[in-house]
Amino acid sequence: MTHWIIAPVVLPAMLAAFMVLAARHHRVIQRAFSVAGVLALVGIGLGLAWDVSDGSTLLYQLSDWAAPFGIVLVGDRLSTMMVLLTAVLALFVLLYAIGSGWDDRGWHFHPLFQFQLMGIMGAFLTGDLFNLFVFFEVLLIASYGLMIHAGGNARLRAGVQYVLFNLIGSTLFLFALGSIYAETGTLNMADLAKRVSLIGPEDTVGIRVAAVLLLLVFAIKAAVVPLHFWLPSSYAEAPAPVAALFAIMTKVGAYAIIRVYTLVFPPDLAVTSGLHDLWLLPAALLSLTIGMVGVLAAKRLDRLVAFSIIGSMGMVMVAISLFTPESIAAALYYIVHSTLAGAVLFLIADLVRTGRANLDLTAQPVVAGTVLTSAFFLVGAIAMAGLPPLSGFIGKLLVMQSAYGTNLVAWIWAIVLSTSLIAVVGFSRAGSVLFWKAHSVTAEADAAPLPRPSALSYVAVGGLVALLVAHTVFAGQVQAYTTTIAAQLFAPEPYISTVLDTPGKMSEPKEDP
Amino acid sequence: MELLVASAIGILTAGGLYLVLRLRTFPVILGMSLLTYAVNVFLFASGRLTVGAAPILSDDATRYTDPLPQALVLTAIVISFGMTAVVVMIGLGAFLGSDDDHVDDQPDEPAGGRS
Repeated sequence: MTHWIIAPVVLPAMLAAFMVLAARHHRVIQRAFSVAGVLALVGIGLGLAWDVSDGSTLLYQLSDWAAPFGIVLVGDRLSTMMVLLTAVLALFVLLYAIGSGWDDRGWHFHPLFQFQLMGIMGAFLTGDLFNLFVFFEVLLIASYGLMIHAGGNARLRAGVQYVLFNLIGSTLFLFALGSIYAETGTLNMADLAKRVSLIGPEDTVGIRVAAVLLLLVFAIKAAVVPLHFWLPSSYAEAPAPVAALFAIMTKVGAYAIIRVYTLVFPPDLAVTSGLHDLWLLPAALLSLTIGMVGVLAAKRLDRLVAFSIIGSMGMVMVAISLFTPESIAAALYYIVHSTLAGAVLFLIADLVRTGRANLDLTAQPVVAGTVLTSAFFLVGAIAMAGLPPLSGFIGKLLVMQSAYGTNLVAWIWAIVLSTSLIAVVGFSRAGSVLFWKAHSVTAEADAAPLPRPSALSYVAVGGLVALLVAHTVFAGQVQAYTTTIAAQLFAPEPYISTVLDTPGKMSEPKEDP
Repeated sequence: MELLVASAIGILTAGGLYLVLRLRTFPVILGMSLLTYAVNVFLFASGRLTVGAAPILSDDATRYTDPLPQALVLTAIVISFGMTAVVVMIGLGAFLGSDDDHVDDQPDEPAGGRS
């Protein structure tokens, strides 16, 4: 049994505790340990992803208790890919936070950042539904602190909304877990997968309620319309590096939907039939529409980016709700793209904010450092809107291809294509107002020149942009890998048998006489 | 007893939902607390209602109740208790800062000026 799989959870937890207890007044030490920790996470993520790339499943039994009695962490291709994505994103976000000085504008940025990572990594790795709830809470509690980092009235008010909405989500999660436990008597995902399929057709009321409640919870996390209302204000008001890290949090919801609804409630299960195609798909198409219309309607750059996140989550959910191996592969490709693109755009919004009085989309004097910032904005906007040549285009192409041949292909294609157009218009409007019209406005003579963003900020944003380009160039390889992930997801028997058949310390020895 | 527990959960949830939909922070937080009480009782009942039985193995116990929901409830109580404290603090900060305790976005908020 390899112990590495628990390292992405334990390492940030230890680091955060160390930073709070031993280095709370030493910014330099905190920065050094934070960067070192995230670099180590990237290494561990690479190692884990390499370990399972042959299709094996890593299992870690906490205290050596066998499932379903103990809690297990499970690493397969999907969860290790998400762990790696989180670690890489966290690295660049952290560099940006240090480069822009955001971590210096309030207390405990770095410990909260590490706790946030711990929650996200745990949510990706856990094989137990109640443990998923606990890790959701860990990442949410850390995110409450990060969200209101550096204070300010607008931020606190958005923070109240964010916390309340997520508390309601957590309560719903508990209701869902209670009904699942009452119906099946277990919360281990692999064990659930076995037991749910045993439920007879006449007493499915409880489990159907539980499945819908669980879907609602994950939809809140993934900001699917009409459960998206928490996102625009909180993401727009959160400090930029935090908002960029939050780009992965909506994907935790998408990940949970993929995991639970391929493993526990697979698409061919009679109990939950109609849940994906009848309910999730229209909601996903609606999210796509509202998100992209929001991009066009936004009056401030940070709100615009927040709405583009909703739109791209809609795109992810469209692909997920089709629930074929092909569409899940496309969804996973798009998840990676949308995480990187969303984070880049939030960081660019902050680059603009550094050199400008505010983020209103009105003509104002030229942004400090306009050449590089506007170039990055162009790349980020192309990626997010889904124009060729970047990965957004390829992702949309994959999703549309996987929708070809389904009953709703006309709807999906029409909405995806028209919302892309709306997004292009919205982004070009924002870009031209921010960067071109600025040249027609003369700055007041006595206004002090605003500072340029630091070089490290540009390095961080440039790194993410380079990753987006790499995601495009190596699209073939990435898509081939996500296809193998989807194949593994739709053949869950090895996962289930690895989790349930590995003996623990209290198991009866089978072969010994 | 089933009726008593079920109606307690129902009434708490109904009251909690009504309060959560209010406009101002304080009733919403009260509603959140009611909802968490409801969900705690609900979780407790998810292991079936058994009266006077031990949850832990012992030599003289003849009947047992399911110990897992009790552990789950304990976790849920700790988390919801802490979270209520956090939201009270953030809500208080927001109220003291802007002299307004609405939970929704205010339409008359100036579009700019915030950096």
